[in-house]
Formats: sequence, structure tokens, C-alpha cells
Amino acid sequence: MVGGPLIGLLGTVLQEGAEHAGEFVPFLPAWMILLPFIGFVINGLVAYTAPERRKLVSVVGPGVLGLAFLIAAINLVLIAGVHDAEPVVRSYWTWIQVGQLRIDAALQIDQLSLIMALVVTCVSFIIHIYSIGYMGEDPGYARFFAYLNLFVFFMLVLVLAANFPLMFVGWEGVGLCSYLLIGFWFTQPAKAEAGQKAFIVNRIGDFGFLVAMFMLFAYLGTLDYQSVFALAPSGFAYGGAAVTVITLFLFLGCTGKSAQIPLYVWLPDAMHGPTPVSALIHAATMVTAGVYLVARSSVLFALAPLSMNVVAIIGGVTALFAGTIAIQQYDIKRVIAYSTISQLGYMFLAVGVGAFTAGIFHLGTHAFFKALLFLASGAAIHAMHHALHHAGEDASEDASQDMRNMGGLRSYVPTTFRTAWIASLALAGVFPLAGFFSKDEIIWSVGARGQTALWIVAVITALLTAGYITRWLVMVFYGQSRVSDKARQYLHAAPWVMAGALVVLALGSVVTGWINVPEALPLLPEFTWLHHFLHPAFAQAEHIIVEHVGEAAHVAPFGGGEGTWAIASTVAAVLVIAVVFQALKDKKYLPASESAEPTGIAGLLYHKYYVDELYDLVIVRPFKRLCVFSWRFIDQGIIDGALVNGSAYATRFGGWVLSRFQTGYIGTYVLVIVLGVLIILGAVTL
Amino acid sequence: MTMLEESLALSGVLFSVGVVGVLMRRNAIVMFMSIELMLNAVNLSFVALSRNVGIEGQLFVMFVMTVAAAEAAIGLAIIISIFRHYESVDIRKFRLLRW
Repeated sequence: MVGGPLIGLLGTVLQEGAEHAGEFVPFLPAWMILLPFIGFVINGLVAYTAPERRKLVSVVGPGVLGLAFLIAAINLVLIAGVHDAEPVVRSYWTWIQVGQLRIDAALQIDQLSLIMALVVTCVSFIIHIYSIGYMGEDPGYARFFAYLNLFVFFMLVLVLAANFPLMFVGWEGVGLCSYLLIGFWFTQPAKAEAGQKAFIVNRIGDFGFLVAMFMLFAYLGTLDYQSVFALAPSGFAYGGAAVTVITLFLFLGCTGKSAQIPLYVWLPDAMHGPTPVSALIHAATMVTAGVYLVARSSVLFALAPLSMNVVAIIGGVTALFAGTIAIQQYDIKRVIAYSTISQLGYMFLAVGVGAFTAGIFHLGTHAFFKALLFLASGAAIHAMHHALHHAGEDASEDASQDMRNMGGLRSYVPTTFRTAWIASLALAGVFPLAGFFSKDEIIWSVGARGQTALWIVAVITALLTAGYITRWLVMVFYGQSRVSDKARQYLHAAPWVMAGALVVLALGSVVTGWINVPEALPLLPEFTWLHHFLHPAFAQAEHIIVEHVGEAAHVAPFGGGEGTWAIASTVAAVLVIAVVFQALKDKKYLPASESAEPTGIAGLLYHKYYVDELYDLVIVRPFKRLCVFSWRFIDQGIIDGALVNGSAYATRFGGWVLSRFQTGYIGTYVLVIVLGVLIILGAVTL
Repeated sequence: MTMLEESLALSGVLFSVGVVGVLMRRNAIVMFMSIELMLNAVNLSFVALSRNVGIEGQLFVMFVMTVAAAEAAIGLAIIISIFRHYESVDIRKFRLLRW
């Protein structure tokens, strides 16, 4: 509660500065990207030459990100001091020049890219520090930090790029790092396969991104953001086929990267990676790249109302769909993974109805509380794995991540327990935590733009969210411990680096919401800082939407203003939490090895609506059959059999036939010669 | 009186006899003799035609006879060594040069 006025003060200072400020000059923008790369090079060399030098890695890995975070923060302060600062494009060299295509290795530093860079560097810095504790005993320590640094490098390329192809470089790079890190323990087949699944599913999305870029170039002749967005309103008809198809292909890329229906299936499997990876890549940063892409291309999407609707509907449906699955999962990380898919759906819902700021706002707050939830899960898994391992029991991933085996961890990992509560309340959207402000703004924006059906979906999902996260808390932290007595004595709290990271993220989950307090809330000062800050980035798109669709309304679909619904939703969330908590508190869970598989609707949810099985049946297996057909029939049959071996057989057969003429009898030869002479003579005389 | 037609007819008959001999007989020496017969049939036609065409025909006959003599020497030597090996001159038994 103290935070509000404080940040309000800071905001006025910043806005004061705007009055008499000159031009925005970015501070060492390239170093933001170079620092993680330097970290990657150093850690990579250590991993190759001297993997036991952990101290060096522990300093370099998080250190470079701390510096990058500082640079991002300085730049953010600088740009916030300039009113409606123009985007700054720094071009370093010409990367590709063919005909009229010219692509520079250029960075665009503006409000949107800086806020993304700040979220990325901040969360990744904290998670790097957490990893010092979490991965401390892993033999691949240096390799892990090298990959993690490389990931941040690519992620910053993605958000800071000034044109689509350079963004695509970052886009593919984060995909590569995701693959490397999901399969970090690649000696276990399930983990290596999960990495491959993520990579292959993402290829489908990348195809969409590529096609969209080709079409953009074909229509506008350029791929630089500035030129594309300047040319788009005149180059494309409003709602025309070209811009609709381009944006739909872009969105196909987003569904892959950001795990939306129909390409979300890779994200739950990506939980096979180390938990810091799940927190950083598969919750806070990489998976939000799709939301960033839509927000970045807001002008294009604003020109294509049909695509906007598709984005909003896919986002809303995904939010509800993944939220229901999260109710019946037993793996501690999978609940959070489906929650992530669901929250990403919220972000797409927001950008889909044209509330770009709300989408980016939720992206930022979600990065903190979802990373916190993952890291808290990681601390619980860490404790469980340690205990099971020392008690000589089954300490496999399945056993140490199954919530049915946990319970009662509250007294063993107190810091984790408290921070997990904060994160859960933030996720559930309870005032005054971060999720309240961002989720509320999304739900409000959806209602205010007249999307009644999607508004209802969003409200139901919000209640579901409160439900499944309470179930998660109860199963992990409350009740009786369900591990054996022997294992119980080995349960221990996380090392201080991990606990410290949790506390910092918990702090972030509390305060980040306060950067955008809507005016409608009673008793609070209006402080829509983020809205004003991001205004230049979305002004053009919002102008197009207002021009063609009209202003957003000021009432929800069933009456009532923003303030009323915000209070109602918080009360509803608290009620759901209380009810679920009371209902589950005394419920006895059996350990995973003794539990029966859920049946009925619970079974349907437990099996994730059988979507993986459906994809397996409809896509994977026919494709495999096609592959076997190509292998057995086309390659082995036609190419190897008929063409390669066939020509050899034909030659051999010809030789065999001709060799029959070599009888060894002189008489035969003479006869043939005589006959030949007679034929020639006959031919000559006739 | 040139008797050209008679000479060529005789030559043809002799040649055909030679061919049939080579084809029909199994005895290597007889086959050899049949080949000599064919060579001499050709010689006859050379000589017969040289009256009309030119002296080269007779010149060629000298060559043929020389080559035939050398061939006879080598051929008989081969046949003798084959006979030593197989105790036979029946060419049906010599089937080494086969697939």
C-alpha cells in the first residue's frame, strides 16, 4: 500500500522531466546484447576446457546479466524522461543486400523494446542467481550457464531488433536454446525427446513467420519496422486480404512460440528441462515473444480486424482450455505449465481486442509471479529429490515432482512456502498484487470492446486460475507429509541463493502491478504510467482502430464500471481461494504409487483432453506411415531396388545371356562366323 | 580361252567343301586340312581373276602360301601338344576357353 504513492511520486518526477527534455539518446544499447554474448563465450570456453571452475562461472554468468540489466534500466529512465520519444534506430552494418532488399544489423530502441529488455534482463538475472544454487551440484554447470547466457543474448536480439529478419534470428536462436536446455540432461531419452518435440512444433510456427515476411517484402518492398509501419496504412486496404493473410501467418508463428492452440503441446513437455529453464524460457521470456510480435506489429494487426478476432478468440479459448487442464494435473511443474499457457492466452486475448498495453502489462507482471511459481516449485522439487535420494528411494523426476508425494512442505521450506503464497495470490489476481492490475485491465478491455463471449470466458478462467493454484498450494505445502518417515528427515530448505531469488521475485510480484493503476479504482490515485509510457509505440495502431471500429465503451457487457468489476473480481477470487482451500485442506491424497488413475471428467482433464493422443493419431502416425512408405517403397523399393540394384541386375542378366554364346566349341564359332558372312553377303548382293 | 567361270566355280566348290569340313568334322587335323582347302580355294580364284584384274592377285597368292605354311607349322605344333595332353585330337573335348 505504501508502494503506490511512492511510485506515483517517481512518476511525476519522470513526467516533470518530460516537459523540458530534449531528445532521447540511448546509452550503450549494443552492450545490452553483447554482454550476455560475452558471458556465453567465457562460460562456453570454461565448459570445454575447465568445467570444474565453478566460481568463475558463478561470477560471469549472472554478472553479465546484472550489467545488462543496469544498462536496460538506465535506458528506460532516459527514454521515460522524454515525452513521446521517437524510436531510435542504431544500424551497425549491412547484413544482407540483394537487389532492392537491404537488411541492416540494426537495433530499434523505443519504449516497447526497452520495457521488454528490462523484463528479460531483470528476470533472467534473478533466475541466473537462483541457478547457482539449483544447478550447483550438476556436472554440466558451466554448460548450463553458457546456454542460459546464449538464450538471453538471442532473446535481446529478438526484442531489440529493428527489422523482421533480425528478429527472426533471435526468434530461432531462443528456439535453439530452448531445445538445448529442455534436453539439457540429454542422456535421458524422455528429455531429449521433449526437446525435439519443442523444436519440431516450433518449426510449424516458424514457417508461418517466414511466409509472412516474404509477403510483407512482396507487398511493401521493405522489412524494417519503421518503413513497414509507415507504409502499411497506405499500402494495405483496411481489412484487405493481403494484410489479413500476412497477420494470420505471423500469428501462426506466435501460436508456435507462445504455446497457443493448436501448437501448445510442446510446452508441458518442455517441463522436462531444469526448473530455472522452465521459469526463464518457458514462463517469463521466450514464450512471451509471440505477444511481443503481435504488439510490435500492432499496426498490421489493427489493419486486419479479422486477424485481431482470430488472435482474441484463440487467446481466450486457450486460456480457458489450459486452465481446465491445470485443475487435474499432479506434476507440480505441469500445473504451472498449463497455467502459463492459460496466462499467455490472456495476453493474446488482450492484444487481440486491441488492448496492446494491457497485454504487455500482463506480460511483465506475469514474468515475475510465474517465474516465482516455477522457482518455488524448483525449491520444492530440490527438497524432495534430495530427501528421496538420501533415503535411498525412487528419486526420479516423476517421483520427486508428483504433488501426491509431497504435502506438508510448509514447515520444511518456509521461505518457499511464503513466496509461493504471494505468487499464487498474484496469479489469482488478488488485490494489491501484480496480477490483479494486469488481469483486471485485460478483462475490462475485453468487455469494454463489446466481446461479451470472450469476456465471460476471461472471467471464468480467472476463477479457474484461483481454483487450480489453490489446489496446487494445498497439495504441495499443506496437510500431512506423504513421503516416508526416513525421507522426511532429509527434507531441507533451499540454499540462500535460491531463497534470495525467491524473495526478490516475490517483491517484483507485489510492486510491478503498481506501474499502471487505472483511474476507475476507488481510493487509489490514478497512475497509468505504463499506458502513457507505451502510448507512442501503439499510437498508430490505436488510431487505426478508433478510426474504423470506434472508441472503447466505458461499461462492461452487463453494466457496471471498471471499478465495480475490479472489486467484484477480487472478491470472487478470494472466495474461490477460500472455498477450494477449505474443501481440499483435509482431503487425504494417496502417494502417486498407490493412487488410481482419475476417471470420468477428471480423467479427461488428467489426460489433457487426449490432445496429444489426437495429434498422435491424426498427424504423427499418418506422417510416420508416410515416412515408412517413402523409406520402404520409394527409397528402398524404387530408388535402391528398381534403379540402383535394378540396373546392376539387368547388366548381370545381359552378361549371363550373352555368355551362353561362348560355348567353347570351335564348331559353334565357325558356324556363327559362316552364318554371319552369308548374311552380310546376302545383304550386299540383294 | 580363259576358263574363268570354271575356275571360280571350282574355287567355290572347294571353299564350300572346306567350310563343311570345318563345321562337320571333329578331328582337329582334318579341320586343319579343311582350312588349307579353303585357303587354296581362295588362291585359285585369285589366280583365275589375276588375268583380268592384274598381277596383284598372283602376288597375293605368294603371301597366302607363305602365311599358310607358317600357320601349318604352328597349328600342327599346337595340335601335337594338345594330343600329348589329352591323348586325343577330338575338338569336342577341348572346352577350356569357356564361360
